[in-house]
Amino acid sequence: MNADVVIVGGGLVGSSAALHLALRGQRVMVVEKNSPGRHASGVNAGGLRRLNRHLPEIPLAVAAAEMWRDMRTLVGSDCDVKLGGQVRVAENDADMHALEERATQVRALGFTHEQVIDRDRLYRLVPALAPHCVGALYVAGDGFARPYHALTAFRHKAEALGVDYRTGLRVTDVDRPGERWRLMAEDGGVFEAPVLVNCAGAWAHHLCASLNEPVPLTVGAPMMMVTERLPMFLEPVVAAASRKLSFKQMQNGTVLIGGAHRGGHDLARETTSIDFRRLGESSRNAAALFPRMRDVRIVRAWAGLEAFLPDDIPVIGPSLTAPDVYHAFGFCAHGFQLAPVVGRILSELIVDGRSSLPIAPFSIGRFQKVAVAD
Amino acid sequence: MVDRRYELAVIGAGPAGLTAATTAAGHGLDVVLLDEQAAPGGQIYRSIEDAPARRAELLGPDYRHGAGLVEAFRTGGAHYCPDTSVWSLGADREIGVLRDGRASLIRAQRIIIAVGAMERPVPFPGWTLPGVMNAGAAQVLFKSSGIAPAQGTVIAGTGPLLLLLAWQYLRAGVPVSAVLEMAAPGHFLRAVPRLPAALLAGHYITRGMKYLWQLRRAGIPVRYGVSGLRALGDGTLDVVEYLRHGRRVRIASDSLLVHFGLVPNMHLAEAAGCRHRWDEGQQCWRPVVDAWGNTSIEGIAVAGDNAAIGGARTAAHAGHLAALEAAHALGRIDARQRDTRGKDDRAWMRADLRIRPFLEALHRLPQSLLATPDDDTVVCRCEEITAGEIRRAVREGHADPNQVKFITRCGMGPCQGQQCVHAVSHIVAAETGQPVAGQIPLRARPPLRPVTIEALAQLEAEAAPT
Ligand SMILES: Cc1cc2nc3c(=O)[nH]c(=O)nc-3n(C[C@H](O)[C@H](O)[C@H](O)COP(=O)(O)OP(=O)(O)OC[C@H]3O[C@@H](n4cnc5c(N)ncnc54)[C@H](O)[C@@H]3O)c2cc1C
Ligand SMILES: Cc1cc2nc3c(=O)[nH]c(=O)nc-3n(C[C@H](O)[C@H](O)[C@H](O)COP(=O)(O)OP(=O)(O)OC[C@H]3O[C@@H](n4cnc5c(N)ncnc54)[C@H](O)[C@@H]3O)c2cc1C
Repeated sequence: MNADVVIVGGGLVGSSAALHLALRGQRVMVVEKNSPGRHASGVNAGGLRRLNRHLPEIPLAVAAAEMWRDMRTLVGSDCDVKLGGQVRVAENDADMHALEERATQVRALGFTHEQVIDRDRLYRLVPALAPHCVGALYVAGDGFARPYHALTAFRHKAEALGVDYRTGLRVTDVDRPGERWRLMAEDGGVFEAPVLVNCAGAWAHHLCASLNEPVPLTVGAPMMMVTERLPMFLEPVVAAASRKLSFKQMQNGTVLIGGAHRGGHDLARETTSIDFRRLGESSRNAAALFPRMRDVRIVRAWAGLEAFLPDDIPVIGPSLTAPDVYHAFGFCAHGFQLAPVVGRILSELIVDGRSSLPIAPFSIGRFQKVAVAD
Repeated sequence: MVDRRYELAVIGAGPAGLTAATTAAGHGLDVVLLDEQAAPGGQIYRSIEDAPARRAELLGPDYRHGAGLVEAFRTGGAHYCPDTSVWSLGADREIGVLRDGRASLIRAQRIIIAVGAMERPVPFPGWTLPGVMNAGAAQVLFKSSGIAPAQGTVIAGTGPLLLLLAWQYLRAGVPVSAVLEMAAPGHFLRAVPRLPAALLAGHYITRGMKYLWQLRRAGIPVRYGVSGLRALGDGTLDVVEYLRHGRRVRIASDSLLVHFGLVPNMHLAEAAGCRHRWDEGQQCWRPVVDAWGNTSIEGIAVAGDNAAIGGARTAAHAGHLAALEAAHALGRIDARQRDTRGKDDRAWMRADLRIRPFLEALHRLPQSLLATPDDDTVVCRCEEITAGEIRRAVREGHADPNQVKFITRCGMGPCQGQQCVHAVSHIVAAETGQPVAGQIPLRARPPLRPVTIEALAQLEAEAAPT
């Protein structure tokens, strides 16, 4: 195929970019070293959260939430979304005060989705919660989806629109001998296209290095655990103001517990390992907010490789060192929700030359001063 | 007692683990042996220390051989933790253990995994009906508590355990309506006598002739060339159905005991990240090891049936070798001493390797058992995923076992895919036309035994000081 755009990385961000570019009439190739969804996009917690986003991410998260609500129109599947809201619980007055301040900050930017709710409202939403909580920050219409199902729906839709997935191929180097980018694959294969998109997740810095555009990306392995199936008792996703915890009951009754605790990893071998002491902390947090969970059995724990950046927000936008290269990586464990809109933004940048949403805070340029100073 | 560091941790108290622990302790190593049973012995020598004389008698001379192993272990100086399940194992040799509902983490400089084998789960129509059970598990029940099907039973599958169990039931007066052999008929009984006697003495799988003869004399039908096995019933088993010589045969029975050979318990080694390869001969995944049982992960060895199915005698030799290697690695003996002391074991292992292809050929399962052709048959019992759903996932582009798992949840339940990993491999291979050997098996995620939130929550408090 004679591609207009070649995307490195067949996760949800790369697949969303491919889909949106194809919708705009571009011929797209996706090169993926494993299988689509093998990494973060297939194993994440599926959380769809506007609640407590970093301020620059809010416009994107709000636009993404609209896309998730109507996902069937975009990809022909609802990706098993369940939009039962998300709450961030205050366990004492100090927590409550911090949440109120946060809500004020968000309102000042013109957004009203984050509401402070009182104790009564909280316990109506989450009757199973331990009795000591005092209120919460709440976003109605947040929720979760099933990550690998979403990835599959995006991939199938992209393929139906003519996107060419090349799987099991690792891109080892890129160069631009003329007007086109040339990608070298591990097996000796070569791909060419005028435009190159870097959606390489936890490996994105390798591609940046080939482009002479170093970034302070670090790799981490957030851990999750899931319980046996329980009778339904919980509608919204629950987080807490001063605990590392994310707690949700899936459609099949299992409870998914995360909390940003990280396990071990080996990027070269692409493996992760579980740190059970840290999951012990997740367990204590879960049991503190939901005492009924004490006797529930954990049946599975896992971790996924994710790219983190020092300021905890991603890089989205054009390369500043190489022409016709675009980056979207470093989602710091909250990129699943954003992926639909990030793909659309990339298609706008490539086809229209500009993004319809504000992306200046995500420029890779914010690190280049630092990198030079080093 | 479990909350500390050891030089060597051995997981599993069967012939491999017992021999390893005794040998290592004998070389002065600080050894702990962890096993989830209440008493040492493993599968074959289960409850050996308290089997009533008559039951031990019924079970034949094999069973008593284990008494020596257990006694040597009891007096050998290794720490013993019975009733202790290992639920995680990391490449850093951190072991998650569970005892009396309490979880803790221990570390060892070396680990020998000796968790044995499990009966190969083979999905066939009706296999999940109450009343259908694994023959080996039934045998363990019989050995440890004398329990047997009250109304009699049908025994079906492949390999010599069918005859052995039927024979043990016969001697105990339990009615057996039929033994149905589903592997290729014939050559087994003709060929066995020509193999090296010393090795065969250790292989329970080669003692069928005596049993067959006695069963036939007692009038128990032993049928060869059986296929198309189905378990039928409304809620529980009523009828066992099979095909033979083109005829459909039905037997009324409320018990069907099945056995299709053994496959290594691969999950601890897999969770630790040890490299596995497909063993075409044994039609199963097994860890890649060297002559001493070392896996691809530094400091972690495997010994016994979880390394490769070889039987109790081979397991003991492998345990001895792995312990010598540990003693060498920890500086108790030099390489020459290790080699000398392991000479007999290595000779045994080499001979064992020579006869293995022959035994493997005898016990090969037909494709129809490896990858059930019936789309409605449940393959993953935990998540109730059928063969048809797996095939559809493959056709929709999820072309390897782990992608099938992501999309269908097959293998995500509490057993972590231990029950379905082989069937899924075969079905995916058949559907894609690609050999199993090219796959990565269903990834095992810890905990390998369910652990409560309460137990995990205590972890930090119980952790060993570093
Ligand atoms: C455990 C966990 C829980 C999470 N929970 C949430 C959540 O609840 N909500 C949320 O919004 N986000 C969550 N996230 C974050 C989210 O999963 C990620 O931000 C998102 O999936 C990133 O998508 P991606 O496509 O950029 O990355 P990936 O899915 O990692 O895709 C990158 C792909 O690029 C491929 N690749 C890399 N280099 C090369 C190369 N050289 N050649 C070819 N291919 C290459 C990789 O194989 C990979 O498939 C979680 C993450 C983890 C790990
Ligand atoms: C059901 C069954 C019936 C069998 N019947 C016979 C027979 O009649 N005659 C015969 O000759 N051979 C029989 N075999 C084969 C025989 O058991 C093996 O060849 C032999 O026992 C192998 O010894 P081993 O030391 O490798 O493992 P095993 O004897 O299987 O010992 C493994 C030990 O590891 C323990 N273990 C496993 N997982 C964990 C964990 N996660 N945490 C803690 N402990 C764990 C188990 O409790 C067990 O005690 C049978 C096998 C099975 C599975």
